[in-house]
Amino acid sequence: MDIKWDKILVGGDPLLVASQIAIVLTTVGIIAALTYFKKWKWLWDEWLTTVDHKKIGIMYILSGVLMFFRGGVDGLMMKAQTAVPENTFLDAQHYNEVFTTHGVIMIIFMAMPMLMGIINIAMPLQIGARDVAYPQLNALSFWLFFSGAMLFNLSFVVGGSPDAGWTSYFPLAGKEFSPGIGNNYYMIAIQIAGIGTLASGINFVVTILKMRTKGMSLMKMPMFTWTALITSLIIIIAFPIFTIALLIGMMDRLYGTHFFTVEAGGLDMLWANLFWLWGHPEVYIVILPAFGIFSDVIATFAKKRLYGYFSMVLAIVIISVLSMLVWVHHFYTMGVGPTVNSVFSITTMLIAIPTGIKMFNWLFTMRKGKIEFTTPMLWSLAFIPTFLIGGVTGVMLAMAAADFQYHNTLFLVAHFHYTLIPGTVYAVFAGLYYWWPKMFGYKLSEKIGKWHFWLFNIGFNVTFFPMFFLGLNGAVRRAYTYSAESGFSTLFLISAIGSIFLAAGFAALVYNIYWSFRHAERNVGNDPWGSGRTLEWSIGSPAPHYNFATLPEVKSIDAFWYMKKEKKGLELRKSDIKPIHMPAKSWIPVYMGAAFFVFGFVLVFEWHILSVIFGLSVLAGLAFRSFDYDSGYYVPVEEIIETEKWRGEIK
Amino acid sequence: MNMNTNSSLPMEYQSEQSRLNILGFWIFIGAEIILFATLFAVYGVLKPRTAGGPTGADIFVIKDVIVQTLLLLTSSFTAGLVIYEMRRNHLKGLILWTVITLLLGAGFLYMEINEFIHYVEMGATMQTSAFLSSLFVLLGTHGAHVTLGIGWAILLMIQLAKRKITPVTAGKVHIWALYWHFLDVIWIFIFTFVYLAGVL
Repeated sequence: MDIKWDKILVGGDPLLVASQIAIVLTTVGIIAALTYFKKWKWLWDEWLTTVDHKKIGIMYILSGVLMFFRGGVDGLMMKAQTAVPENTFLDAQHYNEVFTTHGVIMIIFMAMPMLMGIINIAMPLQIGARDVAYPQLNALSFWLFFSGAMLFNLSFVVGGSPDAGWTSYFPLAGKEFSPGIGNNYYMIAIQIAGIGTLASGINFVVTILKMRTKGMSLMKMPMFTWTALITSLIIIIAFPIFTIALLIGMMDRLYGTHFFTVEAGGLDMLWANLFWLWGHPEVYIVILPAFGIFSDVIATFAKKRLYGYFSMVLAIVIISVLSMLVWVHHFYTMGVGPTVNSVFSITTMLIAIPTGIKMFNWLFTMRKGKIEFTTPMLWSLAFIPTFLIGGVTGVMLAMAAADFQYHNTLFLVAHFHYTLIPGTVYAVFAGLYYWWPKMFGYKLSEKIGKWHFWLFNIGFNVTFFPMFFLGLNGAVRRAYTYSAESGFSTLFLISAIGSIFLAAGFAALVYNIYWSFRHAERNVGNDPWGSGRTLEWSIGSPAPHYNFATLPEVKSIDAFWYMKKEKKGLELRKSDIKPIHMPAKSWIPVYMGAAFFVFGFVLVFEWHILSVIFGLSVLAGLAFRSFDYDSGYYVPVEEIIETEKWRGEIK
Repeated sequence: MNMNTNSSLPMEYQSEQSRLNILGFWIFIGAEIILFATLFAVYGVLKPRTAGGPTGADIFVIKDVIVQTLLLLTSSFTAGLVIYEMRRNHLKGLILWTVITLLLGAGFLYMEINEFIHYVEMGATMQTSAFLSSLFVLLGTHGAHVTLGIGWAILLMIQLAKRKITPVTAGKVHIWALYWHFLDVIWIFIFTFVYLAGVL
């Protein structure tokens, strides 16, 4: 076995050494604090072994915020490097690593867990369920995501970061041109997280299809639940493709096969095709739940039923189908000829039609509504015009002939940041502010929220709008510097200044979480916004661990709104309360996360004998699960009555 | 999660949770179909790219492959008998047919490993050419699934011996049988598109 001790710690660069020291100190600090405050048992019982969908959702969101920080720092480093021409803050290699990890972390370890977290928290409450279909599998999904995220993040201090771009195109990403182990991390860490995502997809589909409360037909589901369903279906269809792409990419790097190599018949463009066959559906995986969040938030704060519900459902279904049929538009320049490019050009432009329908439906929902400018609503309002810019430039890029000019320029980078940030990130923020009281029992501060909103929104536009013009003027993406003669300096500097505001906006969010945790008003009641429309607002805040004391019966869309209006179906009678069956906690998911982490780590380092041994530890986890017959426990009626006291006296 | 049972249904469908598990597993099989479809697509693209190395016709031994196919197809039939015995509530028959199924599966695996050794001895390793890389990974992924299926069934047998046929164990056996039949279906595609198309 060829142990690469010398490669384990990446040294030399002061930025990296500082990070290593910071990581060690933080880890020691956390362990010391947990020990000092005697919190280990609490951590284990309440969080690590939990199967409660709301707690799992909270862990997803916390990890997502952490990853946002890491990916954001990567982004700031790029902006600092390109702020002035011929800058030497980062060298070419370091810049390559930073833009690679920025992309992977933001998409796979930030956007995905944020949305998975929000789906986890809100979806079962919206359909009147007590948990997801497979609570323990749900915990496994989280721990596999977390394990993959930690493994990927380890790369920059242990062994070296991947440096072939978030798309990891071969042959560059192959052993021949990237001999270090950095790109092994890419293939293995994302694979681990991806298994968890696929499991979530199946879990959510079964939950939504089979566990809706009485009376909630598919066409009475809240729009966010609809988007969770369609997103889950896309996950089930698209992720196995990436599983194989990553598997054979790993085979190429670890075991010398020739799928994507230059020699022995390998085909590098096969990777690009497989990658985008997953990658394009992936962008809809992160945008559809966002559309769902905006739909619910806009209806709530315009105090009107969502306009064109049926067409909204139809639009997301059409988008999900089209999402599978556009992948070649990422590489028109591959040169498959005008016929193929034209087909993909047309399918790509077609997506603008259902998306346009959704845009108009949101506008019509607000028309003549009594709009309340809360923080979640502000994010939704800002989303519409900014996302429109992203969409319109998308149609420009969809024209194959024109794309040969835009390809790989900052115009493209500006385009997809204009779709992913107003789309996904604004939606995540809207969703966090909107459902925060349901998670924790208090609202985030509206005042700090407005700071967060304005700083982030202005910062975003100042950062990315100039990049359209830089791209049109010929500035390419992924270039670590440029000459003063290029004339790019002014726009690059403006963009860098914008990113400071963006960072300040994020800091405001973090401060808001801290401030509200300390000072926000508790006892916000079941319907803290006063205009909730869907079932999650009919139960206490924070939601009790069994969710619904008695399962509600739904008669129409926006069921809670009508229950409030008609004062029917909301009262809780003592005689209706029965003991509630709940699933048991389990140590297996967190064990599996740890086992996969170690297995992945030894695979990354190509320690083949160890990887067999730790591979067995993963299989052992499956065997433990097979023998696990713990069918859970019942919540006694007295406990339910005690928990539901906020409703006043229960007769 | 719900422990409600409905005794008018076959044992494996009686509990709510088993019904959910079976549906979820069908959806998982859908994902597996896409996974194998991707492998078939990769194989289809790389098949002509032999880089001067051996082609399928040079290395395939059709006689052995037919024996492999018969073993696996028969095991799928006996897996059907497993469910038949389970529905009749015959624990002994259930275990007997499972053991026979697993022996057939193990025979298939033994032959597949011999096949791989044979290829390597002929100088056809997965590092030789893109064609062979895709061949080995496609067959290997299927073989790994069969191996996992055997291990899984052994775990279930231990549980059945201890707990007898209950709605919970019956649900587990049913899901394992779905998986086993699925592997058979995949093999039919491998037999057709890899071996037959390779030598014809």
